[in-house]
Amino acid sequence: MNPDYAALARALAPELALVLGALVVLGFDLWLGRKLPAGARMRAVTSLGVLAVLSAVVVVVKTGQPGAVFGAVLMLDPLAQLTRLGVLTLALLTLEIAPGADRQRHPAEYVAVLLFATCGFTLMAAAQQLLLVFLAIELASLSLYVLAGFDKSRPQSAEAALKYFLFGGMAAAFLLFGFSLLYGLTGSIELSEIALALQRGPGGPLLAVALVMVLAGFGFKAAAAPFHLWAPDVYEGAPASSAALIASASKLAGLVVFTRLLWPRLGSGAGALGVPLAHAGWLTVVALMAGASLLIGNLAALAQANVRRLLAYSAIAHAGVMLIGVMSVGSGGVGALFYYVFTYGLATVGAFGVIGVVDRSGGGCQRITDLAGLHRRSPVLAVCLAVYLLSLAGVPPFAGFFGKFAVFAQALQAGGVGSPIGGLALLGIALSAVGLYYYLIVLKQALVAAPVPEAKPIRMEMPVAVALVVPAGLLVCLGLFPAALLQLF
Amino acid sequence: MNALPFAIYVTFAGALLALIAGRRSAAAARVVALVTAVAGWAITLGAAWNFQPAAHLQTLVDVPWIPELGIRYHLAADGISLTLLVLTGLAATAGILFSWNIEERTGEFFAFYLTLIGGVYGVFLSADAFQFFVFYEIAIVPKYFLIAIWGSTRREYGAMKLVLYSFAGSALVLAGLLWTYVAGGAHSFALDDLAQATVVIPHAQQLVIFALIFVGFATLAGIFPLHTWAPTGHVAAPTGASMLLAGVVMKLGAYGCLRVALPLFPAAFAFWQPTIAWLAIAGILYAGTVALVQQDFKFVIAYSSVSHMGFVLLGLAAANLRSVSGAVLQMFSHGVIAGLLFAVVGRMVYERTHTRQLADLRALPLFRLLPFAAVTFVLASLASMGLPGFSGFPAELSILIGAWQSSPVWALAAALGVLVAAAFTLRVLQLAFFGQVSRDSAATAHPLPPITLAEKSGATLLLAATVFVGLRPDILLGWIEPALHSPLLAAVLKGGTP
Repeated sequence: MNPDYAALARALAPELALVLGALVVLGFDLWLGRKLPAGARMRAVTSLGVLAVLSAVVVVVKTGQPGAVFGAVLMLDPLAQLTRLGVLTLALLTLEIAPGADRQRHPAEYVAVLLFATCGFTLMAAAQQLLLVFLAIELASLSLYVLAGFDKSRPQSAEAALKYFLFGGMAAAFLLFGFSLLYGLTGSIELSEIALALQRGPGGPLLAVALVMVLAGFGFKAAAAPFHLWAPDVYEGAPASSAALIASASKLAGLVVFTRLLWPRLGSGAGALGVPLAHAGWLTVVALMAGASLLIGNLAALAQANVRRLLAYSAIAHAGVMLIGVMSVGSGGVGALFYYVFTYGLATVGAFGVIGVVDRSGGGCQRITDLAGLHRRSPVLAVCLAVYLLSLAGVPPFAGFFGKFAVFAQALQAGGVGSPIGGLALLGIALSAVGLYYYLIVLKQALVAAPVPEAKPIRMEMPVAVALVVPAGLLVCLGLFPAALLQLF
Repeated sequence: MNALPFAIYVTFAGALLALIAGRRSAAAARVVALVTAVAGWAITLGAAWNFQPAAHLQTLVDVPWIPELGIRYHLAADGISLTLLVLTGLAATAGILFSWNIEERTGEFFAFYLTLIGGVYGVFLSADAFQFFVFYEIAIVPKYFLIAIWGSTRREYGAMKLVLYSFAGSALVLAGLLWTYVAGGAHSFALDDLAQATVVIPHAQQLVIFALIFVGFATLAGIFPLHTWAPTGHVAAPTGASMLLAGVVMKLGAYGCLRVALPLFPAAFAFWQPTIAWLAIAGILYAGTVALVQQDFKFVIAYSSVSHMGFVLLGLAAANLRSVSGAVLQMFSHGVIAGLLFAVVGRMVYERTHTRQLADLRALPLFRLLPFAAVTFVLASLASMGLPGFSGFPAELSILIGAWQSSPVWALAAALGVLVAAAFTLRVLQLAFFGQVSRDSAATAHPLPPITLAEKSGATLLLAATVFVGLRPDILLGWIEPALHSPLLAAVLKGGTP
């Protein structure tokens, strides 16, 4: 087989656009940016970053869905391309809500690192080979560690970065070890080959070890229990926009890779989906993780007084639902899962965006009570926050409701009510009332409570306002017309 | 008839407009809200004018919505939904008239208020279970903000309790619906299709699914012992919201039982029927007795709502033509009467005297200070006790006769509830309006602000409705009874012949 480098270059054009964009941003800042006043410098590098992401979006749309590329190193199926568009959208929103000039002494580096992380996400979306999967995850992770520690004025930010790095490094080691065992067992690093090899022969204890290692790695990425301990600390300490990226785009890309690994026939034609990689053992472990995440996330969120930690625990609960979605991909395709994770990402980016804006307006935004009287300080912000949180709570007509509905319906279809996965779906439905409680606790401050006397009205720059209104609008539109997204699969 | 869907759209548009208008002035928001509510009501009345009763749901809109899951956007109406739609329009209009004095965050108040009403219209027009559920949940969240922002006594507690009960109930419904969808293999959420699909589900599973869906809906209807959210929530709510919550939103639960739970699982319903009937009777008697000893005027009314909703549930449980048509009539009747009672307590009395304690009110010569309120409350009390000439009479009578046809013991036990209702109503009437007033305190009492025009017109609307239906129940029954002959409901009702 002759390597087709032209096809590879075309397939990787979005990543090229992102990397070039990052280099341009750095170069621009080196030559011109330093001479600009802080505000203009920030605006200039952000615009360049936005331009890079937008050009990546254009390239993805123009590429279409050619399928397997370069000897199936990359798989450009609908899932991959939509995931790329999804993470690019989320990255775009994150760029716009990035902290203002006063808090940031290195705007160009921030934008460049964010673009590198995004490049990692888009690669994860398309990777179909263990080596590339690992490289993409590492590119994304290393960038995210940097982003988590970007706020040098606060020690919590450094603490978050260190915790995230230590946990993440450990998870990466597990993942790599698991991958190497899989390679040793099957003699291939290509997902489809691995699946074939595993179906031919029995697994044995070594396979079990490999699977547990891989699961630990992905459990960390998805912040699923019992690998969730980093999430509250990182969400609390990291700058709001970094936390937004960690919670949204990173999760979307990570879950898509995970799904590909678990369902290796994905995208290679319908009908072949029914057999998950390495049979039921895998599913049992994922089911346990999902159940633990649902319980721990929802119950621990009840006790939080810090809004970021509350969002972190709710993210753990959502990871539980996502894992249910991953398990039920075999019965109904990947549409419901993608819909759920993408709309979750939109709502989370928005929620952290609001927190970031409130944070910058003085007084910080850590405790839930810091949001008190938001409806008077900025009505637009309060309405947006209500949309995000109600969507996360799964209240119609917002998209979060249909996401939950679709995932649970698919899960019940996958195994019936008596099966473990059906039971998990019922558990998820039951816990949604708990979820509404803690989201309403936040909304009570934002919409019901009066502002503290010294709180001033919040002014937002136009791009930030747009970046906050757009996801809210998307959540409403996708919630009213979910078929618009589902029919793409 | 074909204009009915616009009741939903107009109301949601009005909610948005009220929010925008409220940024300019409170008066503008009020006018927008009133115009919207009247428009919605006019649409339902127009549909009622042209209504041809039939034994099936008359489809208004039916388009694919989410084809991947077989979900359709299917709006349809029959005599039952029409009765409740007219009630919704009436209660919404009256509620806005009684919320005329909301000064704080007026635009937002009416935005939440109209969103709630839009959801209610949507539920009453839904013929697809998914869509039914979506509208049902849209009607839940605004309740929290209406109570928590504009409420009174322990408002945050009351609001949270009410919303969590409703949401937990709807989670049960969602679990039940999904289970039905999956186990029946219908690939559709249309109520007809789901009902046909349930025959393949094993009987034991049917019993569980029915229990999930029924309990979920009945929680919102205030079934004993899951009724405790209703008094705390309704007492904490601002007047307009109490009127709507007790008057209309509790009906959503009863309507869900009648429209979804019963037709989907007639066999399971037959199994649970005695349990439901006794729970309903327990609710009638328990809430009535509790109302008898309340010291807070508004709590008496709130518990009386639970007691009267018990009659609705009993009517459904007795499951014959007479009792169910009585139950639907009682939904209408109670919607109007509860609205009136809450309006008098919350707006006319409390906003002027700033107390709801019967001990304090007793010392005031209210019948002389607020004669209009006193007359309204006397009439509303008579209606609430079920005296002939008011809507409560034909409704409760039908329910009792129907219950007797199913089981005389139920009817006798529930009839005791009518006596209890008379007792607590007369007690509160006497204590609040005709208390022991010493001669000099009557002379020195400060005059209270007079009853406003908005209040008078709201009260007149509701009084006229209860008297009209009391004198001509045949009009509503003429809509309701044909609908009970539809194949889905006839399978449930013993007295019905398809």
